[in-house]
Amino acid sequence: MSAPGTEGAVVTARNLDLTFQTSDGPVHALKDVSLSVEPGEFVSFIGPSGCGKTTFLRCVAGLEEPTGGTLEVNGMSADEARRARAYGYVFQAAGLYPWRTIGGNIRLPLEIMGYSEEEKARRVRQTLELVDLGGFEKKFPWQLSGGMQQRASIARALSFDADLLLMDEPFGALDEIVRDRLNEELLSLWDRTGKTMLFVTHSIPEAVYLSTKIVVMSPRPGRISDVIDSPLPKERPLDIRDSREFIEIAHRVREGLRAGMEAA
Amino acid sequence: MSETAAPISAPEAGVGWSARVARVTSAMRQTTLPVLGVLAALVLIWTLACIPMNAAQSVLDASRAGETVSPEAASERRGMSALALALRNPGPAIAHAYTQGRPRLPAPHQVAGALWQSTATVAPTSAQSLIHHGWVTLSATLLGFAIGAGLGIALAVGIVHFRVMEMSVMPWAIVSQTVPIIAIAPMIVVVLYAIGIEGILPKAVIAAYLSFFPVVVGMSKGFRSPDAMQLDLLRTYGASRPQTFWKLRLPASTPYLFASLKIAVAAALIGTIVAELPSGAQAGFGARLLAGSYYGQTVQIWAALFAAAILAAGLVGLIGGLERKSLARMGMRP
Repeated sequence: MSAPGTEGAVVTARNLDLTFQTSDGPVHALKDVSLSVEPGEFVSFIGPSGCGKTTFLRCVAGLEEPTGGTLEVNGMSADEARRARAYGYVFQAAGLYPWRTIGGNIRLPLEIMGYSEEEKARRVRQTLELVDLGGFEKKFPWQLSGGMQQRASIARALSFDADLLLMDEPFGALDEIVRDRLNEELLSLWDRTGKTMLFVTHSIPEAVYLSTKIVVMSPRPGRISDVIDSPLPKERPLDIRDSREFIEIAHRVREGLRAGMEAA
Repeated sequence: MSETAAPISAPEAGVGWSARVARVTSAMRQTTLPVLGVLAALVLIWTLACIPMNAAQSVLDASRAGETVSPEAASERRGMSALALALRNPGPAIAHAYTQGRPRLPAPHQVAGALWQSTATVAPTSAQSLIHHGWVTLSATLLGFAIGAGLGIALAVGIVHFRVMEMSVMPWAIVSQTVPIIAIAPMIVVVLYAIGIEGILPKAVIAAYLSFFPVVVGMSKGFRSPDAMQLDLLRTYGASRPQTFWKLRLPASTPYLFASLKIAVAAALIGTIVAELPSGAQAGFGARLLAGSYYGQTVQIWAALFAAAILAAGLVGLIGGLERKSLARMGMRP
């Protein structure tokens, strides 16, 4: 586990606890989670359902209130960071507004944040190019495939140029082929923009392929069971997944997951 | 896996004439014919029902014209059911069923004739004109509908934003609708008259009383229709409550808005007509119905009923048209 409290960290969590009170008694969604994310890192969170990976991401986003420990995002509390629009969030479903065009959907956060008209138009065009959706600005969401809709939702999260991108299983609902392609595009996007990525997934190859750091989590209570720093180079063609290093990391992730399940 | 856009071809593009004819014919077979079939069946049942319904008068007319009827004594016929009378005198019952001045059940052609006569052959300003009465009712309906829909939307906005308002307003809204409108309408007219309000406004108030409710119910549902993820998305942008309302809740509620407006406009029309009954109104469909029932003018009553139904259908159709237009403009999937 990396030492929390590093100077200049984007996300710093110390002994984070989150307990939901339900009618069946308390549920320990997160227990004693400590983690630090440095600028420009690509961090994946992997684990079985109920391990708290999405909950942790929602805490970072200020959408859930931790019941214990401390959490800093860009040196602020998570809620302050949310109000300061410190991050873009990509949900599992694209969740585009059906009554807005693709361009209109990407314009939504810009409207809320009060950008000028020229700035809105410029950023919409720019982010559409970034996710390779140039020319689709005037289309409505239902006219696009699932993969394209998810790319549009990534563009929406990128449009206001926050340095931190939080992604909650963004490709979970897509088929393998589209997912591979979007993974490749996401890596190149990350390379070009230098953003810090927090990425929730339950696919081992996806986590290993994308990340510079893999956080393995286990359920009941949700906690971190292993943190793996990836030795893979930044340049990653898809066939890197057949290399020995890749297979070794994947193996370690799998071991971590299994150990977490047995301990639970 | 196709990464290209779904094909969006213009509906008519590249379709040959014969294919279009085939499609129109099949559309007719699928929709027009069943609709016409049901209509024809209703008219037929109505026409046949005229025979027993009007049998007493038919047999009396026949006997006065010197035909033999059974039983011959009028005193014996008085106690008999209409159906039995029609069965014992099928000839006279059929022959005289469709020509009476004040039939119990007017025949379709009589109602159609009265409708035609009271719209096309008299001046639109005359007291005989259904256009005149229709306009009086329509103006109160539209005013009441506007008040009711506005009030309904305002209440729904409050209910969605303030939990305490849901608990304090919703029960009263529900209670208001359990009181029969026929009971409360005269009281509203009297109370408003006492404070000097008369004319179109009391009718509009009663129309609004009926029409706000579907709008409150529909729009509170509509404003709440965005799911948790869409609300979370706006929270990640740090959006304010007004921004969440204008950018998400309001556009998401559009389909609910039109559904509730359709119910509300029909309710407003009914409210207006009911309001015209006890208020001693000189004009309006309600006044026309009341006058018809005073003088036993069944044809006049039925003509007014049909005129009201046609007006209601027109209003609902108008809102349906607006709905299609706005949803198409909002890019909703056709």
